[in-house]
Amino acid sequence: MDTLNSKVPAGPIAEKWTRYKSEQHLVNPANKRKLDVIVVGTGLAGASAAASLGAMGFNVKIFCISDSPRRAHSIAAQGGINAAKNYQNDGDSVYRLFYDTVKGGDYRAREANVYRLAEVSNAIIDQCVAQGVPFARDYAGYLDNRSFGGAQVSRTFYARGQTGQQLLIGAYGALSNEIHKGSVKLYARREMMDVVVKDGHACGIVCRNLTDGSIERYSAHAVLLCTGGYGNVYFLSTNAMNSNGSAAWKAYKKGACFANPCFTQIHPTCIPVHGDYQSKLTLMSESLRNDGRIWVPKKIEDAEAIRAGRLKPTDIAEEDRDYYLERRYPAFGNLVPRDVASRAAKERCDAGYGVGTGKAVYLDFAEAIQRLGRQRIEERYGNLFQMYQKITDDNPYETPMMIYPAVHYTMGGLWVDYELQTTLPGLFALGEANFSDHGANRLGASALMQGLSDGYFVIPYTLQNFLSDHIHDGHIPTDLPEFEQTENAVKERINRLFSIKGNTSPDSFHKQLGHIMWEYVGMGRTKEGLTTAIEEIRKLRERFWQDVKVTGKADEMNPELEKALRLADFLEMGELMAEDALEREESCGGHFREEHQTPEGEAKRDDERFMHVAVWEYKGEGERPVRHQEALSFEAIKVAVRNYK
Amino acid sequence: MDFTLKIWRQAGPKVKGKFETYPIKGISPDCSFLEMIDILNESLVAKGVEPVCFDHDCREGICGMCSLYINGHPHGPDSQITTCQLHMRKFKDGDTIWIEPWRSAAFPVIKDLVVDRQAFDKIVQAGGYISATTGGVPDANAIPVSKKHADTAMDAAACIGCGACVAACKNASAMLFVSAKVSHFAHLPQGKVEAAKRVQAMVKKMDELGFGNCTNTGACEAECPKGIKISHIAKLNREFICAKLG
Repeated sequence: MDTLNSKVPAGPIAEKWTRYKSEQHLVNPANKRKLDVIVVGTGLAGASAAASLGAMGFNVKIFCISDSPRRAHSIAAQGGINAAKNYQNDGDSVYRLFYDTVKGGDYRAREANVYRLAEVSNAIIDQCVAQGVPFARDYAGYLDNRSFGGAQVSRTFYARGQTGQQLLIGAYGALSNEIHKGSVKLYARREMMDVVVKDGHACGIVCRNLTDGSIERYSAHAVLLCTGGYGNVYFLSTNAMNSNGSAAWKAYKKGACFANPCFTQIHPTCIPVHGDYQSKLTLMSESLRNDGRIWVPKKIEDAEAIRAGRLKPTDIAEEDRDYYLERRYPAFGNLVPRDVASRAAKERCDAGYGVGTGKAVYLDFAEAIQRLGRQRIEERYGNLFQMYQKITDDNPYETPMMIYPAVHYTMGGLWVDYELQTTLPGLFALGEANFSDHGANRLGASALMQGLSDGYFVIPYTLQNFLSDHIHDGHIPTDLPEFEQTENAVKERINRLFSIKGNTSPDSFHKQLGHIMWEYVGMGRTKEGLTTAIEEIRKLRERFWQDVKVTGKADEMNPELEKALRLADFLEMGELMAEDALEREESCGGHFREEHQTPEGEAKRDDERFMHVAVWEYKGEGERPVRHQEALSFEAIKVAVRNYK
Repeated sequence: MDFTLKIWRQAGPKVKGKFETYPIKGISPDCSFLEMIDILNESLVAKGVEPVCFDHDCREGICGMCSLYINGHPHGPDSQITTCQLHMRKFKDGDTIWIEPWRSAAFPVIKDLVVDRQAFDKIVQAGGYISATTGGVPDANAIPVSKKHADTAMDAAACIGCGACVAACKNASAMLFVSAKVSHFAHLPQGKVEAAKRVQAMVKKMDELGFGNCTNTGACEAECPKGIKISHIAKLNREFICAKLG
C-alpha cells in the first residue's frame, strides 16, 4: 500500500469543506446516467446516500439484508440527533458541536471530518423536517430539544423515544420515491458475500440471495458500504441479530485498511444480562439520564441485602445512596459521556456495590416524578418505560430501573479519507462502517447525525469527484474473470462449511467468542488479558473450522448458514480487535487499558506515542497484518485532558 | 416451564405446509418468546433436524421484522408489543402454543414462519413520502406545526410496518397500515402539497396487490403492537373522498 493520504483540503478549518466543494470535479447529467453505483445497506447512511445519488441521476442499486429497507438497525436508535441550530439560544454553534465531538472522542478523530460533520448538521434537520419527520415541538409549534451526554447545551432533536425510526422512515421515503422513479433498484434479502476487484479497483459485489440461496453478481463504477458496525462480535450487544461485520471484513481482506478496530462503545444504560439463553441486550436511551439519577447503596451491607432480596431500593434512605456520577463529576453529573459513565458503573459493581445480580446499578426517576409529575415523565419517556416493564416485569414509575453497560457501537471501522473512500479505490464506507468522526468514544445522538451527514451531504459531492474520472469506462460486464473467481471463492467457502459436519452449532461458538471478547476486550483491558484473548480466539477459530455443524442446504433460505458465514468473519475480526487493543498502550475514550490510568481511575492518554489512527493492512491468510499510522494533528482545538469534573 | 409447541413448517413457497409438534422443557419465565424458539432451534440442530425459520432482527420491538401468529393473535397474547417483546411469563406452565406465519394472499410464505411483505414497500413506493429531494429545503423552524398536529402525526408515524394489522383482519385489509402513512403526512403542512395524489396512489396500489377491504371490525387496532388507532382510517377515508372530489 502507498502511504495513507487523508486528502484533507488546505486552509482554515471552517473553510475546508467550502473550498473542497468549489474545487471538486462534477459529472454532467448525461454522464451521470452512464454511471452505476452500488450501495450496500439501507440504514440511515445507505438509504440517504442511495436516495440522494438517485435523485442526482446516477444508476443506483441498493442491497438490503432484511425484507425491507425500513428494518435496518438505525431504526432502533432512540434518543435523538444532534445539530448546531442553537434554537435554544444557549450558546451552541458549529464550533461548539465540533469541539464537544472531538473532546468526547478523546482527541482520536480526524479534526477536518468532525468539523464538516458539525457544519452540515443543521442541513440534516432541515432535510428531515421537509420529509415530514415528526420531531417533538413546543407549544408555539417550533422544534424542541433535549440534552445528551458530553454537552452543556440542548442540541438534541428527537421524536419521542423513536428518533432513529423516524429518521430512517424519512430516508426510506426518499429512497422509495427514487425506486418509484426508477433511478434506484432495490434488492431485498441479499447479503454481500464479497467485493469484486479488477485492476486494483472495486467494480462490483457478489451476494447471496437469502430467499433461495442463489449467488448473484452485480457490477458498478463505485461501491458504497453502509453496513454498520461489528458490535455483534461480542454475541451479546444492543445490535440487531442480523447486524454483522462481514461486508467490512471482506473489504479489508480485499485491500481496504481497517482503522482503530479496538474502539468499541460500551453503553452505560442497558438492561442487565439475566440468563445464558439471552440473545441480545436492550438499550435504554441515554436521554433517560436527563431526568434519571444513577446510584448504588453507599453501604456494602445494603448492597448485599438488596442482592439477597432482603431490602428493596425504596428502603434505602436518601443519605445512604451514592449518586456516584454526581459525586465524581459535579460539572456534568449524570450526563457525562458514555465511556466515563460505563467505567464508573463497572468500578462500583467490581467494588461490591452492585445491585440485582451484582452487575447492575439503579437509574432512579423518583425525584423527577416528584418534581415534574408523572405525566411529564410519561410524555418524555413513556415508550421506554413501557419497553422496560415488558422486559423486566418491573414498573419503573414505582421502583428504579436497573441498568448495566453493554456493547453498543463501534467507532472503529474501515479507514476512509476526507472523501469517504477506503484504501481500495472505488470502495467507499459511510456511517458506522467507517472510522472517521467519533475518535475513541462517540457522543450520544451523534450516530444518526453522522449516518445522514455522510449520505445526504458528503457522498453526493465526493463521489462525483471520484466518478468524474470514470465517465468513459462504460458498463462493466459481470462475466469478467474477476467476478467468476470471486463467485467461486464464495461457493467454496460455503461448501467448506457444509463439509465439516461437526457437532457444535454456530450460536454455541458465537457465545464462546462473546465471552472471550467481553472478558478480555471489554471495558477493562490489560496486556495479559489481551494476549490470552488472542490465543483463545485462535484456538476457538481452529475448533470452529473442525467442528461447526451447519444444517440444511446452500440453495435455500438457511439462517444457520448465514450465522456460520458471519461468525467465521467475527472469529477473525475479534483477533484484530484484541491485537489493536494490545498495541495501543494508552487509555482513551472507550479503550481503557488498566495499566494506563490516573490515581483517580480516569483514562490516561499518551499523546506522545498514540496521537494517531491505527490503520491495519491485511497481508494474507496466516500472515500478521501491518499496522500503519495516520498522525492526527489538531489546529483548531487545544488538546487537553478530558475533564468532566 | 414446559410447553408443547405446534409450529407451522413449510419447506418453500410452493410446497404444502403442516403443523409439527415439538415439546420443550425447562424454559425460564423471563425468557422472551423468540429466545424460546432459539432454544428449540439449538435442540433441533443438535438432533440434525433443520431449525425453524422465522423473521426477527432488532429484538426490541421497533424494526417490525418479527411476525408470528401465536394462539390466534399476531404477536401473541399480550397487548401493544411485538413477538420479540413477548415473554414466557405470559403463558401457563404446560400450555400448548400454536405458532403460524401471517396469513394473507399479499404476504406469501417463503419458508416456515417467514413471509414476503414486500407488498408494503410497494405501497410506500407508490407515494408514501414527501418528494423533497436532498438540498434546497427551508430552515426547519420556518414552518411551525402545532404541537397537537405534530403529536398526532407522530402517533401515526409510530407504525413499524410489521403487518399484524393485515394478519389480524378477516379480510386481510391493509387499511390501518396505509392510513397511518396517509394520516402522518396529512397532519403536517409539508405533507399537504401532495396529499391528494398520495392517498389515491397508495389506495390504488393497495387494491392492486390483493389486500382486502376494510369492514370496520377494529381487529387491526386491537392487535397493533404500536397502538395505531382506527381513527386514522377515518382520516384516510376523508382524505380519499376529498381527493376524489378534487
